[in-house]
Amino acid sequence: MVTIVDYGSGNLRSVQKAFERLGAEARITDDPEVVAKAGRVVLPGVGAFGDAMRALHARGLVEPLVAHVRADKPFFGICMGLQLLFETGLEGGRHEGLGVLPGEVVRFDVSAGTKVPHMGWNTVAWRGGSQPADAGDWYYFVHSYHARPKDDSLVAAVTDYGGEFCSAVSRGRLFATQFHPEKSQAAGLELLARFIGRD
Amino acid sequence: MLAKRIIPCLDVDRGRVVKGTKFLDLVDAGDPVAVAARYEAAGADELVFLDITASHEGRGIMLDVVRRVSETVFMPFTVGGGIRTLDDAARLVQAGAEKVSINSAAVRTPELVTAIAGRLGSCATVVNIDPKRVLKDGREVWEVFVNGGRVPTGLEAVAWAREVERLGAGEIVLTCMDRDGTREGYDLEITAAVSRAVGIPVVASGGAGSPEHLADAVERGGADAVLAAGIFHFGQCTIRQVKELFESRGIPVRPPAR
Repeated sequence: MVTIVDYGSGNLRSVQKAFERLGAEARITDDPEVVAKAGRVVLPGVGAFGDAMRALHARGLVEPLVAHVRADKPFFGICMGLQLLFETGLEGGRHEGLGVLPGEVVRFDVSAGTKVPHMGWNTVAWRGGSQPADAGDWYYFVHSYHARPKDDSLVAAVTDYGGEFCSAVSRGRLFATQFHPEKSQAAGLELLARFIGRD
Repeated sequence: MLAKRIIPCLDVDRGRVVKGTKFLDLVDAGDPVAVAARYEAAGADELVFLDITASHEGRGIMLDVVRRVSETVFMPFTVGGGIRTLDDAARLVQAGAEKVSINSAAVRTPELVTAIAGRLGSCATVVNIDPKRVLKDGREVWEVFVNGGRVPTGLEAVAWAREVERLGAGEIVLTCMDRDGTREGYDLEITAAVSRAVGIPVVASGGAGSPEHLADAVERGGADAVLAAGIFHFGQCTIRQVKELFESRGIPVRPPAR
């Protein structure tokens, strides 16, 4: 059973459908007690960092999520769900994140002449053993901010957009991507399949 | 490196794809879900559904289409047409659209752009701009039109593009009305001027007649993505042919499906 955390951040149905396509049961919940008891947790999300943290606090979801990650239970973060893991988000002010990973979330440097948002299909360069078996290396991105981990060993993949940025992180059984596996066709489904295959 | 996106655009009327798609293997070429799945397999990078339903009652059908498409294809798509309020936009995103695009409503109520960006994020907020070359006091002006090119707004395209970026739009779809439907190629001059003027992605639209036109829109028009309808739907060329041409010209592209 995959537990998808709902904190009012857009449509979660495509994430759920992706897991269902892979033959896994997936439920969407905003109940902190369900999250506290969950085995595999997925934290998706779009929108703004500060709003997302406020929504997690309002629903009492911060504590069970932090406990889940600290206990090294299987966790998959998507887009905002990656960014929220860090200590600080700098989107529209300075916001405190879940703080389970050291680092901050910063805006793309527009002086590089790149357009923001970073929108569309880009490649990732996997590090260490993070590379999925058969997946292609093209994934769908849509974001204006990205994580800057303090600890380089957290970086599972980097992507080039006016310079390299961290496009996936991993630590123990935590894995999170800045791109959207549920919008990345076969390559994305492959990553989600790996998440439900390992425990 | 970020790929230049190739985006087929589908007109949907009361839940049915119109202007036919020439997929010989499709039993029902009017079914948006089947057409979307077919384009996903063909390697399209995104899809745009333009709801051309005239009646208000038809709107609910679009929500159902969006829901069914998002449950079937695992790729991003935008929905435009007839979005007048923040609630209209939010419902479409809740139903599974990655982005929503607004056109006349942005001209009429610019605050709507900011409201949608505030609730759904800039990344989900697309503004369509439809410029036309007109003569004013003997001088050519690129004036923004609405209602399918019928109603002039008095706005100048480049200035309006900068304004929608400031209001919170995360992307612009630029449909040059003088070229729309002509198959003579995109208006590279207007596309390049708008693309240079803003820091958000610009999607070229209107006039595609061959794979070369799409490549030109990227190379000479500075577009971040290209949108086309007829050339794909009527089987004039495939997504693969366009991608192969892009590759041969050194334009970054997500490789066509294996």
